[in-house]
Amino acid sequence: MTPAEIRDAVLDILDTINPDEDLSSLDDEKEFRDQLDMDSMDFLDIVMELRKRYRVQVPEEDYDNLVSMNKTVAYLEPKMKDISA
Amino acid sequence: MPKDFLAGAKDEYDVIVIGSGLAGLTTANILGSAGYQVLLIEQHYKLGGMATWFKRPQGHVFDVSLHGFPFGMKKSCRRYWNQEIADRIIPLLGVRFDNPQFSLTTPYDRENFTELLTRHFGVEHQTVTQFFDAARNMNFYDEQQVTTGEFFEKFFPGRQDIIRLLMEPITYANGSTLEDPAITYGIVFSNFMSKGVYTFQGGTDMFIEMMHDELKRNNVDVRINCNANKINTRRGAVQSVQVNDRTIRCRSVVSNANLLTTIFKIVGEEVFDKDYIDEARNVRLNNSSTQVYMALGENDSIDPATGDLLFSSTADRFETDLLLSRDITSRTFSFYYPSTRPHANPRHLIVSSTNANWDDWVHLDDDGYKASKEELIDTTLTALEKYVPNARERIIFSEASTPRTFAHYTQHQNGASFGTKFEGLAVSRGLPEQIKGLYHAGSVGIIMSGWLGAINYGVIVSNDVDAQLM
Repeated sequence: MTPAEIRDAVLDILDTINPDEDLSSLDDEKEFRDQLDMDSMDFLDIVMELRKRYRVQVPEEDYDNLVSMNKTVAYLEPKMKDISA
Repeated sequence: MPKDFLAGAKDEYDVIVIGSGLAGLTTANILGSAGYQVLLIEQHYKLGGMATWFKRPQGHVFDVSLHGFPFGMKKSCRRYWNQEIADRIIPLLGVRFDNPQFSLTTPYDRENFTELLTRHFGVEHQTVTQFFDAARNMNFYDEQQVTTGEFFEKFFPGRQDIIRLLMEPITYANGSTLEDPAITYGIVFSNFMSKGVYTFQGGTDMFIEMMHDELKRNNVDVRINCNANKINTRRGAVQSVQVNDRTIRCRSVVSNANLLTTIFKIVGEEVFDKDYIDEARNVRLNNSSTQVYMALGENDSIDPATGDLLFSSTADRFETDLLLSRDITSRTFSFYYPSTRPHANPRHLIVSSTNANWDDWVHLDDDGYKASKEELIDTTLTALEKYVPNARERIIFSEASTPRTFAHYTQHQNGASFGTKFEGLAVSRGLPEQIKGLYHAGSVGIIMSGWLGAINYGVIVSNDVDAQLM
């Protein structure tokens, strides 16, 4: 997957987790928490969905890489580059 | 021949979940829906653990722990159960306090609390904002030196009345005290405070039944009256569980039994590292409870203005010791109106809950125990008269439960109603490092307690199990 495809994949997961949120104005630089009504369970959901959909493992000590869209995509890129979109 | 509650069960599963409290149910559901072969066993004849109810003649159905969970339940039920369950979660609008320091009713959300603290209690608006932000920004990996009492003192020095307003409902919800780490309070408080206090329309029986239906849809093999006698391990990994008179193999075990019961009784300390066992020995159990269940006659009713949840106390101050004392001064009354169960006979019921010490109840002989229960009912009726006029004449049915009752039905050590204290969390999380494939999910360390805490801890552990099995 390319970084753009990974971004779409994460966006799709966010939409599943919080169907009521408007994601169209998401700022990729800013932290998710400052823009979306997200708690720690939502971040765990991202981890669970990544494993379920793409078999990507995110160990607990890496959870703080998932704070913003840009950081999430950068962290996932080496793990997902060989996955076909 | 006795009924075989394991008839048709297989010899091997991916996961065996021991105990059907909300954490066990949720773990089983998530792993079942992920496609794993899951066996869920419950020693009691009913699913739900402490999320329970019981029926009495004349159509009375009493809920043990239904009223008063946070808004987060709606999201967790939608995500990890289904939309139909989430849709039945409704707000309780009448949360009421009555004690020598103040009397007020609140919808228990941040907006109303800010209003109360500034107008009624005369606190600066800025201080209130700072307090809420500090509580909200707490994480469970923060430092644990500061106690909840010290945290309050920082923002509201010397204000016993404010401490009571902020602390009493949390103590009711999960048994935490002023002596516990501040983070346990902060995390739970910010969960509650954002959007009020909630209940499940349809009652605990419908809630658990809907969960059972969802488990069946996800192919979870659910078995009641099945006791986990022993978890067998081999070379540091789980191998099987002895369920009733059968040995069933598995790759993972999730125990929703009490943490200490799991380690010391079901597994056995000999298979763990000595340091781990030493740490486990230092885990304190949480307190237990007493409850009094009361029903009004078929044609009688309670004025809705009485509220849904009433924190009532005659004590001048709010102190942990006073809350646990046999000489009860504080009671939480849950009022259940016919709207709790719109589908059933219209009934008005009251459940009074009080925190209690196991030691105060365990040593009583039969006569002493019976007399103590009668006294508990009697003093509760007297306290209730203030809120339900002539309650003593109007209550047509009453019954009491004690720490011994909770111990009997849940098999929790000392009848603990909220699992273990905060230090239990690290021991619970450390279990799979000791024995591969062995996990614990259940009430530990306050933040993982209560209905929402238990469900969410079940989610966290499911994530770990899925990562191990994949």
